Amino acid sequence: MPSRTPALGAAQFRLLEKLCNAVGVSGAEAEVRRVVLDEIKSYVDELEVDALGNLLATKTGGGAKRLRVMLDAHMDEVGFILVAEDGEGLYRFKIVGGIDPRNLAGKQVVVGKERKPGVIGAKPIHHTTPDERKKPLAEDALRIDLGPESKIKAGERGTFAPNFQRVGPSLMSKSLDNRLGVATLIELLKFSYSNLDLCAAFTVQEEIGLRGAKVGAQHFKPDLAIVIDSTPANDLPMQFESENISYNTRLGLGPAIYVSNASTMDDPRLVGFMRDVAEKAGIPYQIRQPGGGGTNAGGIQRTGAGVPVVSVSIPHRYTHSALSVARIEDWKNTLALLHTAVQQITPALLRR
Amino acid sequence: MKPLIRKLTDTFSPSGYEDAIRDVIRAEIKGLADEIRVDALGNLIARKGKGGTRLMVAAHMDEIGLMATHVDQKGFVRFAGIGGVYPRNLPGGRVRFVNGSCGVIGLDGGTFSNDLPPLEKMFIDVGASGIANHPIKTGDVAAFERPFLDLGDRVVAKSMDDRIGCAVAIESLRALKSTSNEVYFVFTTQEEVGTRGAQTSAYGIDPALGFSIDVTGWGDTPGQRDFDVALGKGPAIKIRDGGMLSDPRIVDWMIGTAEKNRIPYQREVLLGGTTDARAMQLVRGGIPVGCISIPCRYVHSPSEMIDYADAQNAVKLVVALLRPPIKLQFI
Repeated sequence: MPSRTPALGAAQFRLLEKLCNAVGVSGAEAEVRRVVLDEIKSYVDELEVDALGNLLATKTGGGAKRLRVMLDAHMDEVGFILVAEDGEGLYRFKIVGGIDPRNLAGKQVVVGKERKPGVIGAKPIHHTTPDERKKPLAEDALRIDLGPESKIKAGERGTFAPNFQRVGPSLMSKSLDNRLGVATLIELLKFSYSNLDLCAAFTVQEEIGLRGAKVGAQHFKPDLAIVIDSTPANDLPMQFESENISYNTRLGLGPAIYVSNASTMDDPRLVGFMRDVAEKAGIPYQIRQPGGGGTNAGGIQRTGAGVPVVSVSIPHRYTHSALSVARIEDWKNTLALLHTAVQQITPALLRR
Repeated sequence: MKPLIRKLTDTFSPSGYEDAIRDVIRAEIKGLADEIRVDALGNLIARKGKGGTRLMVAAHMDEIGLMATHVDQKGFVRFAGIGGVYPRNLPGGRVRFVNGSCGVIGLDGGTFSNDLPPLEKMFIDVGASGIANHPIKTGDVAAFERPFLDLGDRVVAKSMDDRIGCAVAIESLRALKSTSNEVYFVFTTQEEVGTRGAQTSAYGIDPALGFSIDVTGWGDTPGQRDFDVALGKGPAIKIRDGGMLSDPRIVDWMIGTAEKNRIPYQREVLLGGTTDARAMQLVRGGIPVGCISIPCRYVHSPSEMIDYADAQNAVKLVVALLRPPIKLQFI
């Protein structure tokens, strides 16, 4: 048993800030990977960066009968890729991953390895008609304005400008999805779990189709996998006292355990196990509402001869926008749940 | 075979929650196979024979269902579909949760409107008057509740898709006293949510060829078009569906075997939908596949109808296919 339980102190917040402020749009995750690599290298037994850029680390347990448990957190974030310059440093772009185009206009961005600052501009209110203001601005009507001497080339990626802040009980930043998950997995790696081989996968290209996790799982060939991600909380109060019945998750209620989504049926044994662990340890948790969406669990579940999976996510509001909001308490409880659960995983968990 | 069909369709096991149906099938096939195992995603795998051509026969044991997404302050259960759940098949229907609770499906605004709302505007009424001691929690799983109906030549039940395929596979395994091949009967999981169990079990088994046994649609009720498959004219040998082109060698092998053994069959050209065979076909370096379909009316409704003789003839065809040595050759 580990001698201490995970805590969130100054070091953890500094690390989360570093992770959130790193730029790692799907397909170009190097900056995030470097932060993770520096942080975990002294804690793990094996370390490898695979062909797609996944950072795969193993901590070997002891004892003869132990499971290989894959813990996954994707490193990439949504953003943009520049398509062509229209002149004057104005660039056409395509969204990488899922961003509602209504969340784009007026946002500050950074582009390229040198993080050139720019803005997604839109006509000001002075020059728009009331009719124009009723319509959302489509992606192809928008440009990223980097100024005339930016020297940025088509194919470079960008995302919302780094903006991490800790505000009272809250965390506010771009890319909380999924740097919160990455930070959580890093903390877990600082402990030793003698009951299993911990296969940590910091994966690439989740936002564009769970791509990194599929090959990461082929590499590890795990007995089971737990995916650590971050999920939308659509929990704003409803008007006129009608009950909000489609909140997905709610801030402050603890880690969100998945049962199903568009890509996965989470293994009922693992869902039940997570619930039991939370209840016995007095850790608050919530069930993420079944429905659409997906996590890397969908990719991992179907690799090789199959892998039982479950996802645990930290809720946050305003997903895939310039600024998301999460609660420190939910992060703490997610870390506590995973730490407690991982210690209790034995082969009996998979018995049928 | 009717008591078996009834037993299988009376079991509640939506995708991902196949424990109950797996236990029923495992008990049925006990002693019939040379080896029985369950894999990581819950597929039940029964091997018959050893050393010959390795072949996979898939019948999915899951069924479509519902999953609770929220219990509101007044005790009504909101839900999402598991697999292809059509709103038009729901109002007034009854469901049974895997935990045993039952309920009826109601619509926001009552049932007086002619407009069919989406699933999000429906709820399950389990008879609760509030959230205190409510029997359902978010994530609980339910399936249609509808009694088995024996109409003589025709049989009706919920989850005929694909318990009839499971029944055909079980009876084929029973009738197949010996085989020159190495046959893996796989009762697969999670077909209705994306042929997931078939994909991973096919990877694990690595067969030389395979086919699925599943239901297909029907073209023989008023207003049905563009589908030349009818109940009672024999199992349908699939040539294509919305996700898979059967290997022509498999089609020829199936048709040749049916004709040689005087088993009635139909040629199936299905425009939409697919089966486990699609997932099997694309595993590893690719596998030649086909599918034997049982024509089924009202698929994905609580009352799915098949012709009993079609199921019996499907068993004959499967046994005739599996018994002699199989060798596929390119023309």
